[in-house]
This record gives sequence, C-alpha cells and structure tokens, in this order.
Amino acid sequence: MTMESVVPPETSDAEIEGPRLEAVLADTWATAPGFWGALSTVDHKIIGRRYILTAFVFLALGGILAMLMRLQLAAPEARLIGADRYNQIFTMHGANMMFLFAVPVMEAMAVYLVPLMVGTRNIAFPRLNAFSYWIYLAGGLMLWIAFALDMGPDVGWFAYVPLSGPQYGAGKRADIWAQMITFTEVSALAVSVEIVVTVFKQRAPGMTLDRIPLFVWSMLITSFLVIMAMPAIMIASSTLILDRLVGTHFYNPAEGGDVLLWQHLFWFFGHPEVYIIFLPAVGMVSTLTATFARRPVFGYLALVMALIATGILAFGLWVHHMFVTGLPRLGESFFTASSMAIAIPAGVQIFCWIATLWDGKPQFKTPLLFVIGFIVTFVIGGLTGVMVASVPFDTQVHDTYFVVAHFHYVLIGGAVFPLLGGIYYWFPKITGRMMSERLGIWTFWLIFIGFNLTFFPMHILGLEGMPRRIYTYQPDLPWHGLNLFVSTSAAILASGFLLFFIDALRSARVGEPSGPNPWHAPTLEWATASPPPSYNFARIPVVNGRYSLWEQPNELAVADGLRVDRRELVVTSLAAADPEARESSPRNSIWPFWAAIATTVTLIWSIFSPWAVVWGPIPVAVALIGWFWPKRVPEDEA
Amino acid sequence: MRREIRRSLPGLACLLLAGCGGWQSAMDAHGTSAASLKQLIILIVVVCSVVWMLVMIALIRALSRERAPRTAPVDVDAERVRRMSVFISAAVAATVIVISGFTVTSFFATRRLSVAGPDDLTVKVSGLQWWWNVQYFGATPAENFQTANEIHIPVGRNVRFQLEGDDVIHSFWVPSLAGKQDLIPGRPNELSVRAERAGIYRGQCAEFCGMQHAHMAFFVIAEPQADFDRWAEMQRQPAAQPADSEAAAGQQAFLSKPCAACHSVRGTAATGTSGPDLTHVGSRKTIAAGLFDTTRGSLAAWIADPQTLKPGNNMPMVTLSRDELLSVSAYLASLK
Repeated sequence: MTMESVVPPETSDAEIEGPRLEAVLADTWATAPGFWGALSTVDHKIIGRRYILTAFVFLALGGILAMLMRLQLAAPEARLIGADRYNQIFTMHGANMMFLFAVPVMEAMAVYLVPLMVGTRNIAFPRLNAFSYWIYLAGGLMLWIAFALDMGPDVGWFAYVPLSGPQYGAGKRADIWAQMITFTEVSALAVSVEIVVTVFKQRAPGMTLDRIPLFVWSMLITSFLVIMAMPAIMIASSTLILDRLVGTHFYNPAEGGDVLLWQHLFWFFGHPEVYIIFLPAVGMVSTLTATFARRPVFGYLALVMALIATGILAFGLWVHHMFVTGLPRLGESFFTASSMAIAIPAGVQIFCWIATLWDGKPQFKTPLLFVIGFIVTFVIGGLTGVMVASVPFDTQVHDTYFVVAHFHYVLIGGAVFPLLGGIYYWFPKITGRMMSERLGIWTFWLIFIGFNLTFFPMHILGLEGMPRRIYTYQPDLPWHGLNLFVSTSAAILASGFLLFFIDALRSARVGEPSGPNPWHAPTLEWATASPPPSYNFARIPVVNGRYSLWEQPNELAVADGLRVDRRELVVTSLAAADPEARESSPRNSIWPFWAAIATTVTLIWSIFSPWAVVWGPIPVAVALIGWFWPKRVPEDEA
Repeated sequence: MRREIRRSLPGLACLLLAGCGGWQSAMDAHGTSAASLKQLIILIVVVCSVVWMLVMIALIRALSRERAPRTAPVDVDAERVRRMSVFISAAVAATVIVISGFTVTSFFATRRLSVAGPDDLTVKVSGLQWWWNVQYFGATPAENFQTANEIHIPVGRNVRFQLEGDDVIHSFWVPSLAGKQDLIPGRPNELSVRAERAGIYRGQCAEFCGMQHAHMAFFVIAEPQADFDRWAEMQRQPAAQPADSEAAAGQQAFLSKPCAACHSVRGTAATGTSGPDLTHVGSRKTIAAGLFDTTRGSLAAWIADPQTLKPGNNMPMVTLSRDELLSVSAYLASLK
C-alpha cells in the first residue's frame, strides 16, 4: 500500500530500505541527549515510562501510609500516631492512591501502549502529553511536600464541607487538597484528549472500529469518562477554594449555601472515577486473557458494548454514596436499581473471559495468574457492590470497614491485579527484558493471599460496627483480634509488593533479553522491537483483523509513502481507518516544561492569594507562545 | 467433595455473620428495623455466596478441563461458539434475575424501615465536634431537659429522633437498633427506632467529622417504661444541692472559674451552652462521649488535662489548684 500523495523520492520511505531507513527515522524522531534533551522530549514512550515509574513511586508511598495506619490500628487506643497525623495519613492515602496512582498509572499505560497498539509513531498532541506529565509530577510533589511539612490535607479524599470549609478546615490543608485536584485533573484531561484523538484519527490503515484492540477500546471509553466527569470536580474544588479564599458562600447553609451540593458534585465525578480506574484494567484483562489462553477473546462485540454500558451507567450511580443523607427514599430506589444494573455488563465480561479460558489452552504464566486472581477477587468486590447498592443494606454498612473491604476488593482485586499482570506482560516490551517468572509466582501468591487475609476480615469488622476513618478504637469493643489479624496480614501483602518492586528493578538491568514478541501475542505493539525504536514502526503496519500477528504470522503488511526527513504519521478515517492524510507530528520542545512550571507557580500561589489568578497567567502565556511558535512547515499533506 | 463445599459455604457465611457480636453490631440486632435489616443482610450475603461459588466452579472447570490438541489461535469452531453463546446468555439472564430480585427485595425492605404507628416519644439529637447534645421535650417548656452522649428510651415504643448537625456533618448510628442517618447542617433529618429488648446499645458517629471522629460515641439505654419515666422525672429536676462542704467548695469553684461559660448546671448560675449540659452528669454512664466511665477520678483527670485525653477537643485546660480540682470533681460526681 502506498500513500497517494507525492513525496519527493529522496525523502520517502518508499525509496529506502532496511537499516538505512531505520537510521534515517531514528535521526528524525530522536530525543536529544543530555538534561535539556530529556526535559524536551515528546516521545510518548519516554513520557509513558516516566509516568509509570512516578505512579509506582506514589503507590509505594501510599502503601507505606497504609502500613502506618495498620500499625496504629493493630491495638486499641494505640498511641503510635496521633489523631491529627492519622487524619492526614488516611486522607493522603486515599488522595494519593486515587489521584496520584490509580488514574495516572492507567493513563500512563495508555500513553505508552495505545500509539503502539494502533500502529502509529507518536501520540496525538505530544507536547500536551509532555506538559501533562510535568503537571502531574508537580501536583504530586506539592501534595507530598505539604504532607512532609505537616500541612497535608486532613479532610478525607472526599473533603466534605463544612469540615473542609473556611470555618472548620483551618490552615491551608484543604486548599492543598483542592489544588492537587486541579493538577491531576488538568493532566488527566490532557491525556484523555490525546487518547481520543490518537484512537480516532491515527489508527493503522485497515484498523476499523471493530478491529481495535480491547485495551484501546477501554482507554477510549475511559477517556470520555474523564472528559465528562472531571468538570464536576473542577467546579467543586474551584467553588471550595472560592469559599475559603474570597469568602463566597456556595457551601455555607447559614448564607443560603448547601452542603449537600458538594456531595452531589463530588460523587458525580467520584463514582465515574472508579470506572476510570477499572475500565483500563478490564482492557488489560481482555488482552492478557487472549494472549495466555491463545484464543481471541470470546464475545468481542459484547465486551465493547459492556464497556460502553458501564461508561454510561457510571454517571447514573452517584447517589448511592449518599443513601444516608436523608434524600427521598423513592429517588434512592432508582439509584439502587441503576447501581445493581451495572452488575449486568460486569457479568457479561466475567462470563466472556471464562468462556475464552474454557475454549483456549491456558498457559499459566504470571500475567495469567494475576488475571485469575482478578476474577476470584473482583467477583467478591462486585457482589459486595451489589450489597451496598441496596439502600437498607447500606444504612448498616455505609462508612464502615465493610465499605473499606468492598472498594479495596474492587480497586486492588479489580484494577491493581490486572495492572500487575499487565506490568509482567508489557515489561519486556518496555525494557527489552523479561521479569523473573520464579519471583513472579511468589509475588502473585504473596499478594493474592496477603490481600485476601487483609481485606476479607474487614467485611466482618464493618458488620460488627467499626466505622471508617477512626484513628483508634476503645478496648471495650470486640474489634481488637480481627484488627491485629488484619495488620499482620497486611505485612504479607506488603512483602508481595516489595518482591514485585525488587523483581522489576532487578529485571530491568539483568533480566533475560526478551526479543520483540516473547509471549507470541497478537497485537501490534509486539510487531516492533523491544524496547521499540523512537519511531515505533519502520513502516506503518496495515491491519486486516483484530489479531494481526496471529492472522499474518509470517510477515505483516505495511504501508509506505511517508516522509522520513521530518516527523510524519498517517491520519486515517474514524470508522473505516482509510488513510486520509500525512500529518506532521510536533518535534521536541522545552516549552511544555516551562508552561508546566508557570502553571504550577500560578496554582500554588493561588492557594495563598487571589492575585495569583491575575499575574500568574502572564508567564503561562509566554510559555504558550513559545510552545506554539510557528514553524513554517505545512501541517499536513492530504 | 465439590457438592459438600457447595452446601457448606453458605453455612459458613451464616456462621461468620452470626459470630459478629458486641454491643455495637449490625448482627446483634435488638431493634425492629435492625432485626429486619439483619435478615436482609443474611439473605443477600447467602445468595451472593452461592453466586460466587458458581462462578468459581465455572472458572476452575475452564482452567482445568481436558482439551483437544491445539489448533491455531484464530481457528473458529462454530458449534462451540454457539454453545458458549448459549451458556453466556443463560448466565447473563440469571444475573438479571438475581439483581432484579435484590432490587425488589431492597425496595420493600426500605419501606419496612420506617417504624409503623405513631411516635410515642420525640428526642432531638444534635451532633457537635465531638459529642452529642440530646434534648427531651415535655408537655410544657418547663419540662424540657437536655443531656449529652446518653439517650434513654422506653422499650417497645416508637421513638423519633430529630437529627441536626450543628457544625459539620455527623452520622447517628446505633447498629443494634437501626441503620444510620446523617446529621447535616441546614438539613434536619429524622430516624424512627424501636428497641425490642431492654439493654445498653452503643452508638458512634459514622461520618468523618474531624480530629476526634474516633471518640464520638454515645449510648442508648432502652429500659421498661416505668424505669424510663423515673429517669425522665429525675432528669427534669434541677441539679442537686451540694451535700457536703467539699462539693459546696466544688460548686463555688465551678461557678467562679470559666467552666460556667460553656456548661449549664440547671438551678445554678451556670448557663453556658457550647459544652454539654452537666445538670446530671454524675448519673451518666460515661464522660467525654464514651471515652471514660463516669467516676470522680475520671472527671478529675478530664478536667486536669482534656487535651491529652482527647486531643483537639473544644474543652480548654482550665488552671485549677489541687484543692479546686478535687472539689470540682467531687461536685460534678455528686450531680446524680
């Protein structure tokens, strides 16, 4: 297949072959060496790798906080951590895990994988991508530095007013929380827009809508969820800052404000947030199941429909976080029904994966173990989700350890297990080296057993009346034994994660070289070297099925006709993925970094003074002018 | 073997649930709605356990079954695809039936939650950082009285709690009697409760409300109507006069120090309202929202150093001499 438009022969990839082609492309797409080169890169793989690493650092930090909480709760009225510090710790744990680990790590995997899986050379809006990473890093650093300075937020990751409002939330702690939201939401929105455009316009020729890999589908839906859910929290956190900084009364009942408005806005974002974390994991499970069952996933269409249905229903459930706030009972029953209904697409997916395993020939490598662990635990989390969806049931377990157990089953069992499986699976692609299969099995069993021993007893603690977010409990309550058991089990879980980190760090240096496709996997990211070259593919692949490398095992069809002397990629039509144009892809630039620095200064300054909003945009505007300075190169050639 | 597991696991679930005891447990139900909730919880948990086991059986079979020799991954066996589609459709249909059943059950259980019949008693409960103000209303305003962190109710009667959050959001929860209900500033809520058996039931704030959220407990004491009436009559009385010179000195110190700025003792000049009413503090089971049993010693300790015993609470440390501390604690302990 040749692109129709005319490219000067000496600069077309149709005219040069093999090593010469690769050398020219490497030169065109390279990241400059040195410190400034590293700051200027727009290579989605380098940025994705940074994103993934940073997110896992935040996972480790959040895990340390969790262990501190378990130490404190191991005995009644323990004096290890005081009330004030504990409240900061559980707030940090929640905010860190949701906003700095779970959402970014899924976005990060997408930043790395989606362009490879759809067969293009870089993500759409690569400079925005670089910007999004710096903003994410800045938000994370701000939160953790504040915590180190004893200024960490102490109002819960949900920051309910009036507790987080001007009257009861003293100091700048709640503002730190609200501004951390702004940072992570800007970075998540940026990545989501990139993913949507990459998937819609940059798919390899022939990758029609019904041939998109399921992980890419899941990231597409997730990105739409981010784009639609984030505005609600943006309004919530901005109005909170206004209440705190300039004395508005959005949430002050004495002046006609409404405290429940906060909960509606927060959960209108907060519930889809759960699916923003879960749907990418579902995409990973579909990918891993296919590869290790050595079968196409059963029910591709049903799975895509389930993703879309979950995405839509995700916006109709938020009130189930508010069942005990005294809303009208009939209205609550509607949200019971919609919350229960989400079990249907979840069920469809579980059944399709089991059918795939049934039909295929499972190979019990570490990634598949995590998929199996996922099914076992996620079904428990889903069923307890059905339980808390029931209004009467929820009145007894809401805000207790039952709910803590439930959402850790959903988030760790449902999202972290697939993610760890995904890391074992894609690690060779990212580093060119295999992780240890022997350590992988140990890691899996330590995490799986440790997780269940840690979190299952919390269901019972909740039914026994133990509320969430308490820094201690009194010895006359019958919770001591189970809490000690939970804390001890948490050590097993932590040792599993420790082993995972050791394995990953060791394997990155001395792991067995993997070759391009160690798992004999079918999707396009495996059609290039491990790690992939800066230009991803020497020639853009042409797709004629869902599982290209299984369908064309010998040689993948490719397109040519792209220029090699400047960064170009193929733009294809939305549904049929017919080639439409050659488009130039932005070069490296330091300006996204400066724009992020300027934005960071503005946002942090605005915690302390409204004048930041007046003066802060000036340096941001300067950075943006540098960013968009015209290059006098035609944008694209149709 | 498999059949045994299938039968015994719901049994195990029941056992686990029944084992959840204590005086603050949803599984130790002594109220009308808590009892009905307990049945609902057991029903849903047992059904869900069965569903989980069925999925696990399918998963284990899928992973362990004998297979024909491998074919290329993309070869399709149309007959097998058809069979699997039937299986999946049936499983989805079963899911729909189960969750529809849950939705309907839950709908009717919600309607049963509101206690039937007229209310016999109305009690107003306000949540404050980090204690509970409890107000009882008599036929005339003179018969009104208030107490803190301890709610007495008559057994077998419908009691309506009017719930108000006076600072931040709190949640009123006595698991042995009923599900929880939030106390939200600017939005009064109500909760009806009926205790079926006499007893002391512990409750605790269930919505994170700041630094001492963990120490915001209270007790509901359900007692026969006659005992309740006697208690209410006693609470209506103004505070007892000091019986000895030490208590009299304590009263003197209490009234002359900042104590009276925040606390009321009816029948004296102490009429502060930002702290708990202490008219009958000596008759209450605990002080500081369930933190300590009420004894002269615990009262003295609390007054001497409230910020160490419950860091962050709103009671300041009031400097008292040794004799003042002893006499004030004797006086407060005598306020039966």
